[in-house]
Amino acid sequence: MRDFWKKITDKYGYPKVFMTMFLIILCILAVIQKQNLPGLLKDSLVRVGMNGILVLAMVPSVNSGTGLNFGLSLGILCGMLAGCISIELKLTGITAIFTAILISIPFSAVVGYLYGILLNRVKGDEMTVGTYMGFSIVSLMCIGWLLLPFQSPDMIWAIGGKGLRTTIALAGKFAKVMDNFLSFNILGEPIPTGTLLLFGVACVIMAIFFKTKTGVAMMASGDNPKFAAANGINVNKQRIIGTMLSMILGGIGIIIYAQSFGFFQLYTGPLMMPFMAISAILIGGATAKNANISNVISGTILFFALLAISLPVINKMMPEGNLSEVVRIIITYGVILYALTKVGGDN
Amino acid sequence: MTISMNTQLNITNKKEKQKTSWMQELTNYSVPILFIIICLLGVYASKLNPVYIINEIVVRLARNLFLVLALIIPVIAGMGLNFAIVIGAMAGQIGIIAIKVFDMGGLSGFMMAVLISTPFALLFGYGTGLILNKTKGKEMITSLMLGYFANGLYQLVFLTFMGTIIPIDNPEIILSNGMGLKNALDLKFIQYSIDYILRPNIMGIKIPVVSLLLVVVLCFIIRFIVKTKLGQDFRALGQDINIAEVSGIKTDKTRLIAITISTVLAAWGQIIFLQNIGTLNTYNSHEQVGMFAIAALLVGGASVTKATIGQAIVGTLLFHTLFIVSPFAGKNLFGDSQIGEYFRSFIAYGVIALSLVLHAWQKYMNARNKEKLE
Repeated sequence: MRDFWKKITDKYGYPKVFMTMFLIILCILAVIQKQNLPGLLKDSLVRVGMNGILVLAMVPSVNSGTGLNFGLSLGILCGMLAGCISIELKLTGITAIFTAILISIPFSAVVGYLYGILLNRVKGDEMTVGTYMGFSIVSLMCIGWLLLPFQSPDMIWAIGGKGLRTTIALAGKFAKVMDNFLSFNILGEPIPTGTLLLFGVACVIMAIFFKTKTGVAMMASGDNPKFAAANGINVNKQRIIGTMLSMILGGIGIIIYAQSFGFFQLYTGPLMMPFMAISAILIGGATAKNANISNVISGTILFFALLAISLPVINKMMPEGNLSEVVRIIITYGVILYALTKVGGDN
Repeated sequence: MTISMNTQLNITNKKEKQKTSWMQELTNYSVPILFIIICLLGVYASKLNPVYIINEIVVRLARNLFLVLALIIPVIAGMGLNFAIVIGAMAGQIGIIAIKVFDMGGLSGFMMAVLISTPFALLFGYGTGLILNKTKGKEMITSLMLGYFANGLYQLVFLTFMGTIIPIDNPEIILSNGMGLKNALDLKFIQYSIDYILRPNIMGIKIPVVSLLLVVVLCFIIRFIVKTKLGQDFRALGQDINIAEVSGIKTDKTRLIAITISTVLAAWGQIIFLQNIGTLNTYNSHEQVGMFAIAALLVGGASVTKATIGQAIVGTLLFHTLFIVSPFAGKNLFGDSQIGEYFRSFIAYGVIALSLVLHAWQKYMNARNKEKLE
């Protein structure tokens, strides 16, 4: 038994093993509580599709050597801005969502480029700097959301007539567009086919990218910068490309997230979002130096299925107070903390 | 050949020295000067009565300085900005909640809160130190994450254990279903228990003498600690942890002591803070403590590797002046006080980000120069 335990913890790492066990316990509890199981499955799938691309955004930054992207909120802001622009243009449906994605890409690319340059100057401290760059730009954008000249009455405050609202409802714009795309029912619950499909496609593209020349160079420069440099790879350039890709995925990710969620949460909404994605990929078995697509998929499924199932199960056990939120906080930061202690010091 | 190499070496050394000293200079003075200008503009734009502003500043100095000073020792010991003072603040709040349960008011209640919080703070500080010793060189991100994680545990304890595992049956503080603490606890029973002991009114400015005296005493204690053998060890660690290790200093133990002192001071600081505020927002009074204290310290010109008592005082003064005036300035300039509030949180985050960038940049450049020399 002990050998078996050691074997699986060695192979999958403690976070993955513990989260799987926790998930199994929650599932058993759900069965005992006679919860609506197909509904829980649907909720889990929706959440997986919703967050998948945001988690995927960690892969290029980790593999290019800049570590987990704690500044992902910068990309998220770009995505939100693009989403607001697409609403301002009075677009709806699939057009709106793809216009938003197209608009977000140049924004995220520019931001990612600048952020990449910054990260190249603070090698070794990307995490701390990234966190606080994210925080400060999010709070700067709070002023931006108030002052940007948006006119659409669906987005600005009804009273005063200027400044964007804190939550922007996407109903009638592009809410659930991808979720409903090719959606079919299993056990009476709709499956968010389009969103999952998009997540799958993004994963495949990412996997293919790491087979291309640039992708291989990026992996090399992340793995061993000195060796890569000796082989004529421009490590700094690869790091910038990785950061740009990560930001672009962050921008696309938040648009997909919002279409599934039904709202954009502006202002301080993106502040803590990177941590969820980081935690998910760490649960999937990634480290600050190494991440692959299977880490993304398994981590996203484990973490977000766990959150989706824990909500009704815990609320049934303790109806008042939001214990499930507390559980989310403890898991998210506990996992990150564990990963940090695992990496150890750089001395 | 040797001669030319030597001169080359000297030149690079000189260049390096100049560069770092210029950077040092920049980080030392430009930040406070910039903030003095911003504050003056803010004061002008807010159109507030100067007596009101000074009164507010005095109150806020007495309220916040203790927490800011709690940050100094870890910086000296080379552990960077201790984002985990949030955990100390939680220990302080445990003390406050305890006296609320015992219903002890006034000065004796305050003393009791300090007494109860101290063992918790010692324990938490020790735990924090153990974790930070495992993540040398990444203390700041670890302490930040640790603060968030501890916040989750704190909420778990006070939201679900109170009234269930910890048997407390007081409808004034427990939620109506008998489980979990209420969101806001009224602290009128200890409010101003320190501030109002002696409060002379000098030209319209009311001075909470005892609170300020506590801060002064703390300043002297910190100065004293820094001058002892222990303080020398802290500084040695701050200079270079490897050299300190080689020269026989027990690095891990010294770091534990530094972080424990910081945590205990933060606990006391939070109690002083709350006795002035008068209400405890059970689940988020502590959340912003780390950020605001750190931003205040940095505004005074401190950096990740260097912080003095003077910088703490100047920084708190400037940062809180900005806090007082920015909503009013925002309202007068843009017709929206919200902008001022967002601006000040941007300043808080921004100054931390800037200082982290400068520190990391300098570290990276030093490492690269060293590599080149080798």
